[in-house]
Amino acid sequence: MNTATPSAHSRARIWLEFFGSMTLAITLLSALAISSVVGTVLRQNVPYEDYIIKFGPFWFEVYKSLGLYNVYSAGWFLFVLGFLLLSTSLCVFRNTPGFVRDMRDFRLQHSTRSLRAFAQHAEWTVTLGAEALTAPLKNYLHARGFRVRVKPQGAGLLLAGMKGNANRVGYILTHVAVVVICIGALLDGNLPLKLKEWRGEVDLETKPGILISQVPKESRLPMDTPSYRGGVVIPEGASTRELVLQMRDGYFIQELPFEIRVKDFRVEFYDNGLPKSFESDIVLTDPELEQPLEQTISVNHPLVYKGFTIYQSDFRDGGSRLDLRAWPLRGNSGEALSVQGMVGNNHRLDGPDGSLTLELTDFRLHNVRSALPGSGKKFVDIGPSFTFKLRNEKGEALEFENYMLPFDQDGRGFFLSGVRSDENAEFSPSRIPADAQSGVAGFMRFHAALRDPAQRGKAAQRAASEGPPGTRALAGTAGELLERFAAGGFAATQEYIVSQLASAEGARREQLARAYVALLQNSLHALYVNLDLPRATDAARQQQLFEDAVNTLGALPEYAAPFYFELVDFNQVQAAGLQIARTPGKGMVYLGFGMIVIGVFVMFYLPHRRVWLALSEEGGRTQVLLAGATNRDQLGFAREFEGLRDGLKERLQRL
Amino acid sequence: MSASPETLIKDFGKPSFLSTLTLFDWVWAALVVGGAAYVLYRYGAVMSEYEIGTLCGGALLLTGTGWHWKPLRVFSLAVAALSLSAVWLYGSQLASAETSFILRYLLASQSAIMWMSTLFILGTLAYFISLFARSDYAGQLASAFTWSAAAAGLIGLMVRWRESYLIHPDVGYMPLSNLYEVFILFMLVTTLLYLYYEGRYQTRALGPFVMLIIGAALAFLLWFTFERDGHEIQGLVPALKNWWMKIHVPANFVGYGSFALAGMVAIAYLLRERAERVNPQGVFATRLPSLEIMDDLMYKAITLGFGFFMLATVLGALWAAEAWGGYWSWDPKETWALIILLNYAGWLHFRFTKGWRGTPMAWWAIGGLGITTFAFMGVNMFLTGLHSYGGL
Repeated sequence: MNTATPSAHSRARIWLEFFGSMTLAITLLSALAISSVVGTVLRQNVPYEDYIIKFGPFWFEVYKSLGLYNVYSAGWFLFVLGFLLLSTSLCVFRNTPGFVRDMRDFRLQHSTRSLRAFAQHAEWTVTLGAEALTAPLKNYLHARGFRVRVKPQGAGLLLAGMKGNANRVGYILTHVAVVVICIGALLDGNLPLKLKEWRGEVDLETKPGILISQVPKESRLPMDTPSYRGGVVIPEGASTRELVLQMRDGYFIQELPFEIRVKDFRVEFYDNGLPKSFESDIVLTDPELEQPLEQTISVNHPLVYKGFTIYQSDFRDGGSRLDLRAWPLRGNSGEALSVQGMVGNNHRLDGPDGSLTLELTDFRLHNVRSALPGSGKKFVDIGPSFTFKLRNEKGEALEFENYMLPFDQDGRGFFLSGVRSDENAEFSPSRIPADAQSGVAGFMRFHAALRDPAQRGKAAQRAASEGPPGTRALAGTAGELLERFAAGGFAATQEYIVSQLASAEGARREQLARAYVALLQNSLHALYVNLDLPRATDAARQQQLFEDAVNTLGALPEYAAPFYFELVDFNQVQAAGLQIARTPGKGMVYLGFGMIVIGVFVMFYLPHRRVWLALSEEGGRTQVLLAGATNRDQLGFAREFEGLRDGLKERLQRL
Repeated sequence: MSASPETLIKDFGKPSFLSTLTLFDWVWAALVVGGAAYVLYRYGAVMSEYEIGTLCGGALLLTGTGWHWKPLRVFSLAVAALSLSAVWLYGSQLASAETSFILRYLLASQSAIMWMSTLFILGTLAYFISLFARSDYAGQLASAFTWSAAAAGLIGLMVRWRESYLIHPDVGYMPLSNLYEVFILFMLVTTLLYLYYEGRYQTRALGPFVMLIIGAALAFLLWFTFERDGHEIQGLVPALKNWWMKIHVPANFVGYGSFALAGMVAIAYLLRERAERVNPQGVFATRLPSLEIMDDLMYKAITLGFGFFMLATVLGALWAAEAWGGYWSWDPKETWALIILLNYAGWLHFRFTKGWRGTPMAWWAIGGLGITTFAFMGVNMFLTGLHSYGGL
C-alpha cells in the first residue's frame, strides 16, 4: 500500500500535466473553432426533408448520426467544450498560487552581480552616502508607480520596486471568466432535457400539423423545467399557457406557470414596405399576482418577469377573416360562389373535376413595390393580397397569390394572380383585366358568356349578320371558332384555323386566315356587346377594355385553377410571435462577460514590471545600479526603462 | 550642490500628469467638455439615461485620448467644425444640398465621401512614391492626404447622420448599420490606427501596405455605391433600434481595423525578412522598420483588436438578449466572431507561453486577417442567419 501511493500520486500528476498543458489547450481551441465552422457552413435546424434532398438518403443518415444538423448541441461538441473547460480550470488552478506568491515577492535576493546581467541596466557613481540617497530614490520609483521594498545588502542597500500586479489579476479574471461563462451557459442549455430524453422519460413529437392540445403527455415538459427558450404565436385576443420548443426534426411543448394573452398587436411600416416597429400589448396572468400584469413589449424591449423574459420576435397573420368570391372558370355555371374563409383554415369546394380543398395560408395588408419611373414616388403600395393552396383529391396542390385591388398599368387596371407549384419558386403572374367599374365581375360575365353555348350561338348569328355581305352564311363557322376559343384559347383556335386552311395555298391562304381572325374578333365583340356591361366613358378606353379582356380570355385556359378567387372584404387578425426564455444562468454569464472584458484589458495594458536599485557605498561615494525586467512587451519596457534611466541620470548628475 | 533632504526627495519625484499639459490641451478639454455640456443643456430633457451616459463617457474618453495622442485634437476639431457647418447649411431642408455650393461640392455626405475616396487614392500613391523613391517629402504629403481623407470620411458619416433625420425624423439613425456605412467606418478606423502608430514609431514605410487594404475596401465601396445604390438611406428595421448598437459596431470595427493592420504589417514583416536575406540594399530591407518593431506592432495591434473584439462580442450578446431572445444563438456571425477570438487567443497564447516570434506569427496574423475578412464579408455573402442587415 505504501509503495502504491507515490506511483498513484505521480500518475495523477501526469494527468494533471496533460490536461493542464498548453498544447492540449491550443488543440482544443482549434478543435472548437473548426467544429464551429461546420455549424455555420451547414445550415442548422432546418427541416430534415431539406437535408435529405441535399445529401441523399445515405449521407443524410451519416451526417445525422454525426449530429451535423445540430452541431452546437451534439455530444462531441459538448465534449470538446467540456475538455476546454477542464483544461482552462486546471491552468488557472496550477498558475494562481505561483502568481499570488509572485505578487508578494519583491525579489530582494538579487545581488549587484546578478542585476548587472539584466538586459536593462545602468550604473552611476555619486558623491553622496547611500543613507541620504535612499529616501529620494525610493520616492523616484514610487512617483512612477512602483511599490518599493528596501533591504540592507552588504555595504549598501537594495531597493526593489514592482508594479502592475493587476496584470496577474487580469490573467486570473480572464481565465476564470471562461469557466464562469461556460458554467452559466450550461445552466441555460438543454443538457437536462437531453438526459431526460436519453433516459426515455420524454419523447420528441415529430408529427407536423397537429394541435398543441393533441400533443401527448410524453412530449410535454413540466412547469418546473429549469431552463428553456421557445416560441409561440398568439393571435390578437387569444392567450396561451404553452410554449413550443423546436428541437431537431420535432418539438416539445413546454407548460408555462402563467398565462400570456395578446390584447392588441400593432405594426408600422416605412415607405419601402419594411417594418418600422411592431409591438404587442400583453397581459400576464399568474395566480401569484394580485392582478394581471399588463405591458407593451416590442423588439428590443422585452418583459422580464420572475426569471422569464418575454420577447417580441416577429409577427404573422393570426387568422384573418376573408370574404371571398370564387368565380368558376370551367363548366357552364357563371355564378360566383361565396366563401367565408379564415387564414389557417381549410375549406371544401365542389369544382368541375371533383372536390377541392382551399387552404388559406396568409393575408397581407400591404404590398410595397418599386414605383414606375416618372411617377414621382419611389414606392407604391398595391394593396392587400392573400395566398392560398388549392389541393385536389389526389393531394396535389398549387399555390396562389391573389390581389384585392387592380394594379394600375398605363391607366389600365389588372388584378394579379400568381401561381407556383414549388414553394421555392417565384410566383408566375396572370392578369385579369378590371372592368369599367374596377371590378372583376365584368370580365367574369364575359367569360361565362363565352362558355355558354346559347350565348355563343346568338353572338355568332349577330357577328355573321352584321358583317360584310357574303359572311352571312358563316354563322356556323363563327360558332365553331367561339367554341374552340372558349375551350382552348388562342392556341386551340389557331390550331383549328390552320386545319381549315390545309387545302389553301399562298396569298389565298393568308387572306382566308385574316378573315377567320376577323370573324372571331367580330363574334367576340358581339358576345361582349350582347352582355351590355357598364361602359367606359370614352370609346378608346372602351375598346381597350374589350381587347384586354379578349387577350386574357385567350390565355386563360392556361390558368391552373378552376376558380378565380376574388377578395371582396376582409377583417385582419394579426398574431404576435413571442419568444419566452427562462435563463437561470444569465446572471452568471454576464458576470463572466464583465470579468473577461476587464481581465483582457488589464492583462494587455497594465504590464507587470520590476526594477531594482542597488546602492553600494565606498568611501563616501555610492555606486547606483538600476536594473529592470518584465515578463512581456520587452520593447515597450525598453522604452520605459530608457525614460526611467535618463530621468535618474539627470537627477543624479545634479547632485 | 547642497539641498535639504526634503527638496531632494521632492526633486526625485515626478511632476503630475496634469502639469505636463499645454495650454492647447486645456483649450481642447474645454471645447470637448463644453460642447458636451451644451448638448446636455440644450437636449438633455429628451435624452435617455443611456444617451446621457454615452455623451458624458464619450466626452471624457475623447478628451483623454486627445491628451494622449495630440494630433487627434486638431483632427476632431476640424471634423466637428465642418460637420456643424454642414448641419447649419442644411437647416431643415434636405433640398439645401442642391442650392448650397459648399454642401453640393464639399460637405453633403456623398460629396464628403467622394472627397474621402479621392484623398485616399492620392494618399496611397504618395505612400508608394515615398517608399520606392525614398522621398520624405512624398511621405509627408501622403500623411497629409491620409489625415484629410479620414477627416472627409468622418464628416461624411456625421453629415449622413443629420441627413437621415432630414429625410424623415422616423427614418433618422446613427449611420453605423448597413454595409455601406460600416465600410466607411472600417476605412476610418484602420486609417486612424495606422496614423497613430505612424506617429508613435516615426515611420511612414508601412503606409503603402495599410493603404492596400484601405484601397480594397474603397474599391468595394465604390462598386457598392454605383452598382447597388448602397449609399441610399433607409430606415432601420426594429431589431437594430437599440442603444447597444452604438457601441457594439464601433468596438467591432476597432477589432476588424486592428486585425487588418496586424495582417498588413505581417506582410511587410515577411517582405523585409526575405529582403534581408536576398537583397539587403533594397527598399524593403532598408526603408521598412526593423523586424523587432514590426513584430511588436503586430503584437500591439492584435492585443488591441482582441480586447475590442471581445468587448464587441460581449456587447453583441447583451444586445442579442434584448432583440433576438437569447444572448447566444449560434448565428453564423456570432459563431465566426467566436472563431476570430479563438484564433487570436491561440496566437496570443503561443506568443506568451511558447515565446513564438517573427515569421510564423506573421504568417498566422495574415491567416487571421483571412478569417477576419470572411467573418466580416463572407458570412454575409455566403451564409444565412440573423445578421442579415448588411446583406449584399
